[in-house]
Amino acid sequence: MLDQAEGYTTADGRKIGGTVMDMRNITLRFGGVEAIKNISFDIREGEIRAIIGPNGAGKSSMLNVISGFYVPQEGEVWFRGEKRKPLKPFEVARQGIARTFQNIALFEGMSVLDNVMTGRLTEMKSGLLSQAIWRGKAEREEVANREICERVIDFLEIQNIRKTPVSRLPYGLKKRVELARALASEPKLLLLDEPMAGMNVEEKEDMSRFILSVNDEFGTTIALIEHDMGVVMDLSDRVVVMDYGKKIGDGTPDEVRNNQEVIDAYLGVSHD
Amino acid sequence: MGYSSKGDSGFASVPSLLRRNAAEFGSKSAYREKEFGIWQSWTWANTEEEIQALALGMLALGVNRGDFVAIIGRNRPHLYWSMVAAQMCGAIPVPLYQDAVAEEMAYVLNHCGARFVIAADQEQVDKVLEIQDQLPDFEQMIYLDTRGLRKYDHTRLHEYASLQDQGRSASAAIKSELAAREAELTYDHTCVMLYTSGTTGKPKGVVLSNRNIIETAKASSEFDGLARGEEVLAYLPMAWVGDFIFSIGQAYWTGFCVNCPESEETMGTDLREIGPTYYFAPPRVFETQLTNVMIRMEDAGRLKKRMFDYFMEHARKVGGSILDAKSVSTLDRLKYSLGELLIYGPLKNTLGFSRVRVGYTAGEAIGPEIFDFYRSMGINLKQLYGQTEASVFITQQPDGEVRGDTVGVPSPGVEVRIGDNGEVYYRGAGTFVEYYKNPESTADTKDPEGWVATGDAGFFEPDTGHLRIIDRAKDVGKLADGGMFAPKYVENKLKFYPNILETVVFGAGKDRCVAFINIDMSAVGNWAERNNIAYSSYQELAGHPRVLDTIQHHVEEVNASVALDPMLSGCQVHRFLVLHKELDADDGELTRTRKVRRKIIGEKFEDLVNALYDGSESIYTETEVTYEDGRKGKISATLSLRDAKVVPVQKLAAE
Repeated sequence: MLDQAEGYTTADGRKIGGTVMDMRNITLRFGGVEAIKNISFDIREGEIRAIIGPNGAGKSSMLNVISGFYVPQEGEVWFRGEKRKPLKPFEVARQGIARTFQNIALFEGMSVLDNVMTGRLTEMKSGLLSQAIWRGKAEREEVANREICERVIDFLEIQNIRKTPVSRLPYGLKKRVELARALASEPKLLLLDEPMAGMNVEEKEDMSRFILSVNDEFGTTIALIEHDMGVVMDLSDRVVVMDYGKKIGDGTPDEVRNNQEVIDAYLGVSHD
Repeated sequence: MGYSSKGDSGFASVPSLLRRNAAEFGSKSAYREKEFGIWQSWTWANTEEEIQALALGMLALGVNRGDFVAIIGRNRPHLYWSMVAAQMCGAIPVPLYQDAVAEEMAYVLNHCGARFVIAADQEQVDKVLEIQDQLPDFEQMIYLDTRGLRKYDHTRLHEYASLQDQGRSASAAIKSELAAREAELTYDHTCVMLYTSGTTGKPKGVVLSNRNIIETAKASSEFDGLARGEEVLAYLPMAWVGDFIFSIGQAYWTGFCVNCPESEETMGTDLREIGPTYYFAPPRVFETQLTNVMIRMEDAGRLKKRMFDYFMEHARKVGGSILDAKSVSTLDRLKYSLGELLIYGPLKNTLGFSRVRVGYTAGEAIGPEIFDFYRSMGINLKQLYGQTEASVFITQQPDGEVRGDTVGVPSPGVEVRIGDNGEVYYRGAGTFVEYYKNPESTADTKDPEGWVATGDAGFFEPDTGHLRIIDRAKDVGKLADGGMFAPKYVENKLKFYPNILETVVFGAGKDRCVAFINIDMSAVGNWAERNNIAYSSYQELAGHPRVLDTIQHHVEEVNASVALDPMLSGCQVHRFLVLHKELDADDGELTRTRKVRRKIIGEKFEDLVNALYDGSESIYTETEVTYEDGRKGKISATLSLRDAKVVPVQKLAAE
């Protein structure tokens, strides 16, 4: 098990800090269905934290609780040392949390650049009139925001599709554009909902490389849901395993891999 | 030899040209690179400062006179600067192909004993670190792009920008040493060493002196009237001699601006945004571009398509003559102007060719249709014939004397003669010094009087004085019946069909010729889409019966045209097959400059060649392939072999 002291250093030399997000005894119900049953875990500063589990285990619901989209019936979410009240989406974004979606949620008719620019929306402070005239503050703001977006575009190597409408892109690239939009808001905590779903091996390799570089270059804390066990084990520092809304494992990839309950869940042993 | 140590101009080295440019027109743009969506630019004065800072940093790092400094990466201003900075220190820059795999790189780095490597990014740094145990001479590496490299062991690694800062802060102490080294440079010092990819054997290091580069840059700039205002786009490999001459030689000589694209994939956009006035591309680039235009026109509306066809037809008729300033009737001129307004102008603009004043293509033969297409639109595209050993220029076409099937007249300052066996020889100011550490090859290629054997067979046309190249001299062979066998001649005819990307013709010492063919995925794929032909892979499409029918048709047309040439009528293709994989440099089948390695292909696919000769209908084969990351795999396929109709030729005096 990990020590409870403030942070640790990983095998490849990254410094992992103290707890950023602490989920305490979370229970989430939809009517009579208990999607999440009394789960607790934490996410530490700078780490890549994976949530895995079979279909219907409650992974996406968990991510939605972290992002503040669902408010759990029981339990507390602590973010940066404060207990979190129910929030509106833009308030979540202002706290420095950004996410991508399992089913891509981009603006299909808009160009890649425009989509990425929407990631800077919370930073656009000038008024409607000023934006319309586009002089002074509005212009300066846009230039500054554009530069941040361009750095993200450069980082994710999508310069060649900058002006292409999203609807014309293949699936794998759309996923990358979504990541770009999330990164444009310069998040402290990045939530990725199945970033590799439906990708071929090469695209998965690219995406893994980008996720690692994001974590490495910007020190972004990342929580991700993923089905591909190989990817999860290679990428993440610690893994939470869920099954039928319960937490059945938590620890480093090696610990989780040797956990009998996890093996059973993945091999499909019958449940009583 | 009667040469001065400085040359007529008084500039003995590239750094001295840099000093002149910075002093005379320091505020003019020298380099641009698109980064973060904006064209960043550096004036000649900025460039001088950047290069000087880097050179000081390199001096502080311990770069000695005569050291080799390897440079690996795509075209970026900083990497061009590093070449000049190395020269300032008295060292010799050795640009390498960035897509070379680690073993190829190990050979070259070992051969020149490079003590220093300047790498563009993590990918290149990784490659060098992977082979560092095989490199006893390697000491320090400088890298440009910091991404992913922060946590690497920095005992042998240095960041480009911080090295420059070190250079700046140490300036007071070592400035005089740098100035002294720079002042020592003469016309006979080595300017650059370039490795030829070599269609056979190991790469050879071609040593080019300051004299070679500066004299060539001067003569070729004057030939085409290149001026300070030119814009070029630097996108061809930095390890290739052409890029060195264009982006360093001519750029420093005339002081024009070198623009570097944002990434490989954004080339098209960047080309359009810059609108170069002076442009170079191998035939392949023009082919791809024309194929794309044609594919897009197929999808265009009916009115547009008809307008395009009508005006292109007219352009084919008179465009070339108008470009060559020959007499054309007023009506035709009017119609051409209308075409310029409606079709040619917008098309050139889309392709980024609106401002091209001088365009060159070389390296391979270009298809007459392709060549005429660009010329008829008013783009002054010309051909040249060159080699690394000649600092590019051997022959080139003067304005107004441009034809698809010749490579022009000897470049200024170059003498050309044809040997007894038909081989082309040349000598001139650009003729290389030697192959590094390889006196035997040097002696084989360059005789004591300075004549260099090109390895190409050709002849001068009696009435025009233009040179025509037939084939590689060593590839020209004899058929079993004694007839001449010139595979390239047939291959080029085949490759002019958009559906055919690459082809290899066999037949030396045999009674008839056979061919391997690679389809062009974008052209054939588009055709398949329009004809509702389903396929899931390259292999499946390549084996489709209707694709084979089309290719067979092309082969038969080529046979008919080959039959017309009395000397080469024996080279008609009797049987052919369409290969199940694309020929690839990673598998050693092509050189890095994408030339066919005939012998290696012949050995690797021996089973297929034999099957073509023994008359079998189909054959099962397995082929090893190398993936981009170096892993190996196997693909297998059953190929069908086809007979092609040949035109019977009566045996005139074949000899």
